[in-house]
Amino acid sequence: MKNWPLWEVFIRSKNGLEHRHCGSLHASDATMALENARDVYTRRMEGVSIWVVPSSQITASNPELNGETFEPAMDKAYRHPTFYELPDELKHM
Amino acid sequence: MSEKEIKSLEEIFEAKIARDEKIEPKDWMPEKYRQTHIRQISQHAHSEIVGMLPEGNWITRAPSLKRKVALLAKIQDEAGHGLYLYSACETLGISRDELYEQLHSGKAKYSSIFNYPTLTWADMGAVGWLVDGAAIINQVPLCATSYGPYARAMVRVCKEESFHQRQGFQIMMTLAEGTPEQKEMAQDALNRWWFPALMMLGPTDDASVHTAQSMKWKLKRKTNDELRQQFVDQTVPQAEMIGLTIPDPNLKWNPETKHYEFSELDWEEFWQVVKGHGPCNKMRLDARRNAWNNGEWVRNAAMAYAEKQENREVKQAI
Ligand SMILES: [Fe+2]
Ligand SMILES: [Fe+2]
Repeated sequence: MKNWPLWEVFIRSKNGLEHRHCGSLHASDATMALENARDVYTRRMEGVSIWVVPSSQITASNPELNGETFEPAMDKAYRHPTFYELPDELKHM
Repeated sequence: MSEKEIKSLEEIFEAKIARDEKIEPKDWMPEKYRQTHIRQISQHAHSEIVGMLPEGNWITRAPSLKRKVALLAKIQDEAGHGLYLYSACETLGISRDELYEQLHSGKAKYSSIFNYPTLTWADMGAVGWLVDGAAIINQVPLCATSYGPYARAMVRVCKEESFHQRQGFQIMMTLAEGTPEQKEMAQDALNRWWFPALMMLGPTDDASVHTAQSMKWKLKRKTNDELRQQFVDQTVPQAEMIGLTIPDPNLKWNPETKHYEFSELDWEEFWQVVKGHGPCNKMRLDARRNAWNNGEWVRNAAMAYAEKQENREVKQAI
């Protein structure tokens, strides 16, 4: 018999905040994954909403390609407000 | 990859850890780092799970409803700790089934402390106070360890542990303030758990093989002997406060070092228990194996149900 698949668990700690990844667990289906997530990750009111996602459904970037993926942003200082030197007398900008 | 390329990857890797950067699951890591972490994190997970057994022994016999719900909640936390840690360990590329297999076959170790029996209700007090107390001392530095998923699991674990220790100490305190028999029961539990708890902090520094490497990878911040000293120094005044006596005739305060001195520990006993000859090793492993084997039909039934539901949905979609 197949093993129970792995699910990633995301919890929203309170309304107004995003769901955040908090770990994973095994469950036979989505309903059980939600129930287990409740018992494992929200025993002390840590959440008001839970997402579970089959781990196999997540596509992740490859850290070995971090250079070409993320470094191009590094030499684009013009995307930051501090790049634009303006007179000190200028207010509210 | 050539040997030279691996060498330079290793240098980048070590530098990253030295800068306090975390290592995440998909990052390159030396094989030894992966294996050491699988070993340590899984041992830790197994300890949380096996650690439920000696306390589970007392749920039905807790002296009041209040004590019962607290003990249940504590034990449920330990199950949670086991799961956080298994989940962290699986990110290193080992499956939950392999991890269980290593525990059930006796290949993997768990903390030796759980091979001692819990004979009276006072043991629930002593375990919470001393065993969880020693565990906290071991675990707090791990919140800053180099492997991201392990560090995050430990932050969660540490947040939950302090209730465990406090409920244990309160059980001891209540017994110590009770009838002479109750106080006697508390003292007896302290007598039995004191030295095993000290040994939980690991072999002495000169006998500990992993310390140097573990320090570099931030799996350890202080040596076993330093942690043990810290535990003794903080626990002795707590025992005094509730009128219990630490069962060590050589225990004495050294005003110069500002530390307690204490007896040499019986490491022969420690290694015997590690090797499987403690009072409850067989009982604990049998309990784990039985739970796993007797639960197999439930796991299969749940999976069969899930597959059936999925097929039904697919059919409806067509
Ligand atoms: Fe725990
Ligand atoms: Fe605990």
